[in-house]
Amino acid sequence: MIRSYSELNDEHIDVLREIGNIGAGNAATSLGVLLNSDVQIGLPRVRIEDYDNVIASVGGSEELIVAVLVRFKGEANGVVLFTLSMEDAKNIMAILVGEDETDTPGLDEMKMSAVKEIGNILGSAYLGSISMLTGLELDISVPHIAIDMTGAILSALVVEYGAEDSKVMFIEERFSLGETGLNSHVILFTDIPSLRSVMAGLGLSI
Amino acid sequence: MKETIVIGISDQRTSRSPNTLVTYALGSCVGVSLYDADTNIGGMAHIMLPQSVPGRDALEIDRKKFADTAIIDLLGRMVRQGANRGRIVAKIAGGANMFGIVDGNGFGDIGRRNVISVKDILSGLDIPIVAEDTGENFGRTIFFELDTGKVKVRSLGKNMKEM
Repeated sequence: MIRSYSELNDEHIDVLREIGNIGAGNAATSLGVLLNSDVQIGLPRVRIEDYDNVIASVGGSEELIVAVLVRFKGEANGVVLFTLSMEDAKNIMAILVGEDETDTPGLDEMKMSAVKEIGNILGSAYLGSISMLTGLELDISVPHIAIDMTGAILSALVVEYGAEDSKVMFIEERFSLGETGLNSHVILFTDIPSLRSVMAGLGLSI
Repeated sequence: MKETIVIGISDQRTSRSPNTLVTYALGSCVGVSLYDADTNIGGMAHIMLPQSVPGRDALEIDRKKFADTAIIDLLGRMVRQGANRGRIVAKIAGGANMFGIVDGNGFGDIGRRNVISVKDILSGLDIPIVAEDTGENFGRTIFFELDTGKVKVRSLGKNMKEM
């Protein structure tokens, strides 16, 4: 039985990458339907990193991001985080509601809840496919939103999922959207017992 | 030459005037700044978790993570640098709940528990907390200026707070 993320071998990493691929693929399809355009996903990356590198992989630590979190519990525990820049959040809103407010400073209540709902749809699509692949029952929480420093948001999740280890594991994909140049991330964090359940659902023991 | 020394997540450093210690984007983590005004020696720890786990308090990388081991080690470093143990005071910042999640099973509660633990440990070591900016739901970057002992707190969309 593995006790730290660093003990995952190449085969396990490949499986996780495939999970990320399918999960994020479903999420991208949902986002595409919502925005009525083609959302591309990059190659999923399975990262096992020191704490500080987790943040560096998403952006500068003090950089403002909009982040929507969906938690899952049940036979596996973790979070799916959907992040985007404020500019991208506004661009998406412009596509959705048809008004261009890219000059206004932040997001009003209504737009915040719209972004939250997008995160919810993406997270549910992602987790739905994991559930389908593995046969695990997952309870998906309501979405939560934070608009703040990249480092402050991500480190809070690193604490939840990296505490047992000196490293943290996450599966990350970039989303991009043709013309508007959307650049966003979908990141999954989970703990080692949950990884074991996911692998077991796929017939692997770790 | 004034230097700025950056402390990463789960790390700690000491230095002296006129240098500045900085740690970026504290979320649920707590930044503890210890200062001896006599020698202008200061130390900063970026703490992730409230309490060390028995059996996992030996490795340095782990010791820096937890409030109890990190604070004791930081204090030791400062004294070895020449700080006067009896003059050391603390300023603390961080411990936010970034997503404002409140539920029964502890998720989102780590910031609050970090702050409680840091306060308990400092109190047990007779180190007075002379200023704090903790809790709520926003990130904080802290600059600890060792020439004056001031800690400046930067948050997005807010004025720089000095304490």
